[in-house]
Amino acid sequence: MVSIDLDGAAVDFPIFDAKTRSLKKAVLGRAGGRIGTDSKVPIIEALRDITVSLRQGDRVALVGHNGAGKSTLLRLMSGIYEPTRGRSSVVGKVAPVFDLAVGMDPEISGLENILIRGLFLGMTRKQMEARVDDIAAFTELGSYLKMPLRTYSTGMRVRLALGVVTSIDPEILLLDEGIGAVDAEFLAKARTRLNELVERSGILVFASHSDEFLADLCDTAIWMDQGTIREHGPLRDVLRHYKGRDVLAEIEAAR
Amino acid sequence: MTTGDDRAEDATSAPKVVPDAPGPRSWQRAFDDLGQGWRQRPLWGYLGWQDIKQRYRRSVLGPLWISITMAVVATAMGILYGALFGQDIRTFLPYVATGLLIWYFINGCILEGSEVFIANEGLIRFLPAPLSLHVYRLVWRQTLFFMHNLVVWAILAAIFRPPLGWSLLLAIPALMLLVINGAWISVVTGIIATRFRDIPPIIASLANLLFFVTPIVWQYDTLLKNPAVAERARIAELNPVLHFVEILREPLLGEPIVWRHWAVVGVITVAGCIAALVCLRNYRSRVAYWV
Repeated sequence: MVSIDLDGAAVDFPIFDAKTRSLKKAVLGRAGGRIGTDSKVPIIEALRDITVSLRQGDRVALVGHNGAGKSTLLRLMSGIYEPTRGRSSVVGKVAPVFDLAVGMDPEISGLENILIRGLFLGMTRKQMEARVDDIAAFTELGSYLKMPLRTYSTGMRVRLALGVVTSIDPEILLLDEGIGAVDAEFLAKARTRLNELVERSGILVFASHSDEFLADLCDTAIWMDQGTIREHGPLRDVLRHYKGRDVLAEIEAAR
Repeated sequence: MTTGDDRAEDATSAPKVVPDAPGPRSWQRAFDDLGQGWRQRPLWGYLGWQDIKQRYRRSVLGPLWISITMAVVATAMGILYGALFGQDIRTFLPYVATGLLIWYFINGCILEGSEVFIANEGLIRFLPAPLSLHVYRLVWRQTLFFMHNLVVWAILAAIFRPPLGWSLLLAIPALMLLVINGAWISVVTGIIATRFRDIPPIIASLANLLFFVTPIVWQYDTLLKNPAVAERARIAELNPVLHFVEILREPLLGEPIVWRHWAVVGVITVAGCIAALVCLRNYRSRVAYWV
């Protein structure tokens, strides 16, 4: 049974500048007494008072303006950040897809990158070896897969990363926007695979500015605003309040 | 807005039960981190090999360069210091080479250990993985370097024939102790250095100093036998690295085993592991915020 439970969770980032992030201050400061009032490290409250419970089958869209805390919330759910206040409990194998470039090594071949990326996403070596042919076919990179990754164009790298990511079997899938930079024909193909991936996964949380994508994949939504949850409910309602118009109806009408 | 109502609606499917998960600062989570990292052996095993292959990618001899570099340095130092100290080259050359072999491992763990989380910033911030994964990868990489350098020792041992005996088997537990110590020191200095960025340069300069106060190109025994300095030479034992070098070098050169060194190493290992666990318990969850 997969689940995500956040209870009053907050994420505070300490901001160390060059001075505070050194021993000098800690050591000298203690000996010399208070100098100035900046003895405390400044903090950015990226998330506060986040209470949310997700269960098997939930397909959640994350919407909100830039800097509203969407990505931080995803990273909190993935376990990268543990809440500085409140509690978080995540049960299930998490596959975070945040930055497609991370964990990719430009000096090694595409095939080796497929393996490493898969291992990082919690797959075993055997599972990845079984999927290599499928990924190779999907990416259409052919013999390029034996070349070092640094020879790839941006689009080719995205293909590779998408190929790996969509081949796994996650229990909790966390998707951050930034899946782009591929040609339209390939995108259509990626979409089918993405849909299949979402069907395989227990919980999906998807942060994106593309309403069409969200309409395809999600049925509920969380509206993030200044680090808090402003609204959590059915996708249609949340999007209507967020955008000020019925976006889903427009999309349906356009089809 | 309609926040309250909608949230109530959302919670229909399941009553809100937060399982009794241990908090971020608990022993349970510290041990879980170590255990999960250990289970990801295929990943860090692969990455460790990759690190080595990477360094020598496109070079004709590849990782063989590790052994060659070591052989050149050991031979040059062995001949130079052997001549300076008036030592017999047949015993002094293997002595220096074995000392260097062990020193390289210790030095690598100390230097890279303090940077272990800083260097993996990208991975830590974007992929959830146990912290120990990065430490295992580092220690494994250093162990692989050690194995490459061990070839030089084997060649020298074949040429100069030190009086090896059954005590050679002690090299295995000695190496294991070195590996464990490499791991805890990476955890401790790695976590502290992530928070305080002055630590890596401090450690780098200390490591330089350590090389000279550790008997690698000089012999501790000969100082002890010289009555003029024997008293002062004892001070060298205050250097913990000396004991680590001795427990592995003695079996590798067939020298008599001095159990005092094993006792010191044992105490340091236990104390260090406790320190690493305390650091993991208290600051493991903070590392992602600090990098």
